[in-house]
Amino acid sequence: MKFRRWTVLVCVITMLSVLTLGISGISAASDKMKVGFIYSSPVGDMGWAYEHNRGRLHLMEKLPYVETVYVENVPESSDAERVLTQLAEAGCKVIFACSFGYMDFVHSVATRYPDVIFMHNTGFKTAENVGIYFGRIYQARYLTGMVAGKMTESNLIGYVAAMPIPEVVRGINAFTLGVRSVNPKAKVKVVWTNTWYDPAREKDAAKSLIEAGCDVIAQHQNSPAPQQAAGEAGVYGIGYNTDMRQFAPNAVLTNPVWNWGPFYVDCVEAVRNGTWKSPYDYWGGLEDAVVDIGPYGPMVPEDVKELVIKKKSEIAQGKFKVFEGPIKDNKGVERVKPGQVMTDQELLSFDWFVEGVEGTLN
Amino acid sequence: MTQTTVGFITAVLAAAVQAGTPLLYAALGEILTERVGIINLSVEGIMLVGAVSGFLATVATKNLAVGILGAAIAGGIIAAIHAFLSVSLKVNQVVSGLSLSLFATGVSGYLGKPIIGVPAPVSFKPYPIPGLSKIPVLGQMFFKHNLLVYGSYFLVAFLWYFLYKTRPGLHMRSVGESPRTADSLGINVNAVQYAYTIIGGALSGIAGAYLSLAYAPSWIEQMTAGRGWIAIALVIFAVWNPLRAMVGAYLFGGIEALGFRIQVVGATISPIVLKMMPYIFTIAVLIITTARSATYKTEAPQALGVPYERE
Repeated sequence: MKFRRWTVLVCVITMLSVLTLGISGISAASDKMKVGFIYSSPVGDMGWAYEHNRGRLHLMEKLPYVETVYVENVPESSDAERVLTQLAEAGCKVIFACSFGYMDFVHSVATRYPDVIFMHNTGFKTAENVGIYFGRIYQARYLTGMVAGKMTESNLIGYVAAMPIPEVVRGINAFTLGVRSVNPKAKVKVVWTNTWYDPAREKDAAKSLIEAGCDVIAQHQNSPAPQQAAGEAGVYGIGYNTDMRQFAPNAVLTNPVWNWGPFYVDCVEAVRNGTWKSPYDYWGGLEDAVVDIGPYGPMVPEDVKELVIKKKSEIAQGKFKVFEGPIKDNKGVERVKPGQVMTDQELLSFDWFVEGVEGTLN
Repeated sequence: MTQTTVGFITAVLAAAVQAGTPLLYAALGEILTERVGIINLSVEGIMLVGAVSGFLATVATKNLAVGILGAAIAGGIIAAIHAFLSVSLKVNQVVSGLSLSLFATGVSGYLGKPIIGVPAPVSFKPYPIPGLSKIPVLGQMFFKHNLLVYGSYFLVAFLWYFLYKTRPGLHMRSVGESPRTADSLGINVNAVQYAYTIIGGALSGIAGAYLSLAYAPSWIEQMTAGRGWIAIALVIFAVWNPLRAMVGAYLFGGIEALGFRIQVVGATISPIVLKMMPYIFTIAVLIITTARSATYKTEAPQALGVPYERE
């Protein structure tokens, strides 16, 4: 019995010391400006959190006076409130909460720390010390849609989609409008996975689309698995979030990508200079390069790239709006009149598919 | 039936086998573990460690056999910790398993940092078996996959034979039924429990490597996405029988595969209903399993989760 008690004690001490090592990063004191980040998935997801983390690294590189702390894989539950409080207590001046589900926890912690600026990614509620920020990735999706529309031969494009919410629906619609701007005969077939992140499910969803005759696979998912499926089946693909060519070099045509770094620099500098003002609501697009169309695979012809470059500068200069009428829904009803442009409010509550999308939404 | 209907069904069945194989390996591992009376709830974490170790070993050596071996060893090591805690220290197995699962998940993330975004240098490719793969429907379903899938067929057959038809199989089952009786018969209970817990962990490690080396060849953090937990539920569904585990794994895989393909053919089923399908299925399975309580009672290892204390 004695032996057992000692072993348990040794185990407990070892575990405690490992834990202390793990969190010692947060408590280190310094006179730099502290900036905190919290992510809902691991920074190694090759997607959403990975890109935010790249932005964090860019921020540290550009602003030498900044010191950053990040906590990854934080559930969108009261755990988030605990982590946010921890970061505020650790002396962070700005805290970036990089997931929609953190909204209520951000606002609750923000009232207790009025001197800390909280920036909530993809949210819609601002407060005295809470700002929101997002990017118009749908503009980049429109451009990738043009590439897909040019490259498809079966005129059937597959789209592996995560959740039937406005953000995803908006992306599918922008993509489809892009496809049909260059190829009015093409259709976009949607399959829901009901998960943001599950490589095996995402891959199987992509396979089901390929079996149905799709020869380009686009995705609103956080892993490169749909692109791998495209690569294995010898069809093309459009990645998401980050450059996914390394996972399927023969398949990936291009990707709509995030580029948070410059925004993080601007925002932190604004806080430091005292120019940060509430309500702070950032929804940048191609003009700020916070979203962009990623590198191209070698199979994309030059004339297609030129077409995209032209459209990209039109969007960036505000000459072309993605959601400008006439736009019909996929039951043939005209939803946006000619010349009319959908408002941001309408875009944020998108709940119908444009003409050319094959899929269910309810 | 029209040609396209047959094609549709064949595609679903083939996808069911592919999606079911990682569940099958992990469930077989857990069956071995539970058959000797140890509950190991760290399957999810072990799969992740297996996935990352298999991938690391493959990147280092460009050899898939070494990758699989690495995954099995890494899985075995985590399971050995569980064996030490539950056999030697006799701690609560549920608590030990749950904390080890979280621990192993962390370990996998840590080990995987340098290989994020690294494409697999080699991966398991489908290898249609000449002749057999030409059989209509069944050929597509069973004989157009990679070597790991074929390996699981042999493993199921072997484990079934081993458990029910051999003396060592009888010995291990008796340890899970009544460790005291087994002990009095001269069986080294602790050694048997250690051995099968470690072998079970090794199989869960291989299940993880199937994901990182065959199914979605790459390392991505938490790529198992809950499959370890499904595998544990599957063991109950299978009432600790390898053959039933095979059926169950393909059923679970098939439900998933069917969900996507129903959407593709344009059936107007709400995505929300499709999302519920696997869970409805799980509940239904639990009801059916307990309704057949006769089999359930005779097959469940009686000493499951109970530490054996020698007097």
